[in-house]
Amino acid sequence: MNVEPSIATSIGPIQLDKPVMLASGILGISLDVFNRLYASGAGAVVTKSLSTAPWEGYPNPTIFSVKGGGWINAVGLSNPGAAYFAKMIEPNQDVPIIVSLVGSIPSDFESMIKEFEKCKVKAYELNLSCPHVAKVGLEVGDDPGLVKEIVSTVKKSTNVPVIAKVGLGTSNYLNTVSTAIDSGIDAITAINTVRAMAIDVETKRPILSNKFGGLSGTPIKPIALRCVYEISSQYDIPIIGCGGISSWEDAVEFFLAGASAVQLGSAIGDNWVGVFDDINKGILDYMKRKNYSTIKEMVGLAKKS
Amino acid sequence: MQRNLNHPTIVTIEKVIEETPTVRTLVFSDDIMPNVLPGQFAMVWIPGVNELPMSIMISKESGKAAFTVRKHGPSSTGLFNVPVGGQIGIRGPYGNSFDVKEGKILLVGGGTGLVPMMRLLTFLKPTDDVTVLMGAKSKDEVFFEELANDLLKNNPHRVIVSTDDGSYGEKGFVTDMVEKLVNETQFDAVYVCGPEIMMYKTVQSAHSRNIFVQASLERMMKCGVGICGSCCVGEDLACRDGTVFDGEHLSTNKEFGHLHRNKAGILENY
Repeated sequence: MNVEPSIATSIGPIQLDKPVMLASGILGISLDVFNRLYASGAGAVVTKSLSTAPWEGYPNPTIFSVKGGGWINAVGLSNPGAAYFAKMIEPNQDVPIIVSLVGSIPSDFESMIKEFEKCKVKAYELNLSCPHVAKVGLEVGDDPGLVKEIVSTVKKSTNVPVIAKVGLGTSNYLNTVSTAIDSGIDAITAINTVRAMAIDVETKRPILSNKFGGLSGTPIKPIALRCVYEISSQYDIPIIGCGGISSWEDAVEFFLAGASAVQLGSAIGDNWVGVFDDINKGILDYMKRKNYSTIKEMVGLAKKS
Repeated sequence: MQRNLNHPTIVTIEKVIEETPTVRTLVFSDDIMPNVLPGQFAMVWIPGVNELPMSIMISKESGKAAFTVRKHGPSSTGLFNVPVGGQIGIRGPYGNSFDVKEGKILLVGGGTGLVPMMRLLTFLKPTDDVTVLMGAKSKDEVFFEELANDLLKNNPHRVIVSTDDGSYGEKGFVTDMVEKLVNETQFDAVYVCGPEIMMYKTVQSAHSRNIFVQASLERMMKCGVGICGSCCVGEDLACRDGTVFDGEHLSTNKEFGHLHRNKAGILENY
């Protein structure tokens, strides 16, 4: 008798019932919305990147739809701050919440993690790759010394698994991956949005108020897939794929490239919250058709072909 | 190439109508916005200023639509000041729309919350018995009264204006008038748009009497398409699940009428 395949997955020490998560920066400021997304089939939800103090973000326009697909955003990491956020999610028991953190120096991260002591946190994801806010994100990720200090400090501050989210900056992102691994990181999320811009030809102005933003969605999927493949080819580290995933085929591609789970965000703009269940079902059907009983059996298969 | 509705389309302002000293209607030509459903909104880019969610106003001229804006903060003042010949970017339409019922209908609008009500009026049947309640602080702030009477000229109807200071029409708050009206008449549907406390009380008045009621919620919006999350109200996203919600649903929402989020996402009391 054939056993029903399972879409449960492990990303190193992180166990999830479903492999498709909400990416950071998307929808993530209300516990009620997290509950809804979890009920809609998200394996976990990653919060907006939290900072030590509340940030308002940039004025609108903060988001731009690219003709042919994808979005450029410069929301500016708006968030209510770690302390407020921790209080909001304290009652949560059921939803696997991955807390995304952004900061400039190790003590920023250390103090924020203290705020979440009473919360059930599935993992922390360090945002080392936001492409449109100065002094944090990519400016941190591009500095290996700082990455080492931050990862080491965070690992000493908590027993909860820690993920580093890397992206394409001015230095080779693989150096950031390598440094984070050497400093004890548990997993890598790859990639973040890619620095981009848009200009309106009628008014001859950059459209985003911040001029530059991060490109997400289908245009970056091949780049993200390449990065996951590169990381998994060079390092033995659990990977979460992120960038342009909008269908079950995309998710499976990332598994085959070496990811154990995926995150999505832009796809919600097109398909709303039903996208999680659609992808989960698609993955399950594929597994039945190909005779896989676990996600793990698929991870990295493209490297062997 | 087919128009990408999420991509800003640049339109030129062709006419500016002074509604009150602080309210203007900006008219433009477009092939999509004149035909949207009542309650839908557009994200309006004022180059160099900001981008705002705006209800889409009707125009009497074919192929034209409008935005009616009250100057308030820097962004709405930026839109208010766009002159004839000025260019703005529009994307959308976004959001759901009012369920148009038949029979005895009450529309309640406060300030620029009247905009979706005016569009809704154009969707009503000639047989509908329509009451329009307009709220304003004072006589200076009253607008659309003539337009509402004109749009309803073939219907049994009345247009009631109430001003907080009594300088025109009935004296008192709109919500007191709503309570009086729903006591007098068994309406088949009540629609409301305006300040949230006004909507909250209107929804309570109608819902407690089992009258079908819908409100169009206003929240700070960034993306308009359900990605950024800044417009969430409890588990609902105003941009994607709304902006129109039933009284039945709203009565279960913990934040409606009580809390809204600031730019950083922190809940604040009304």
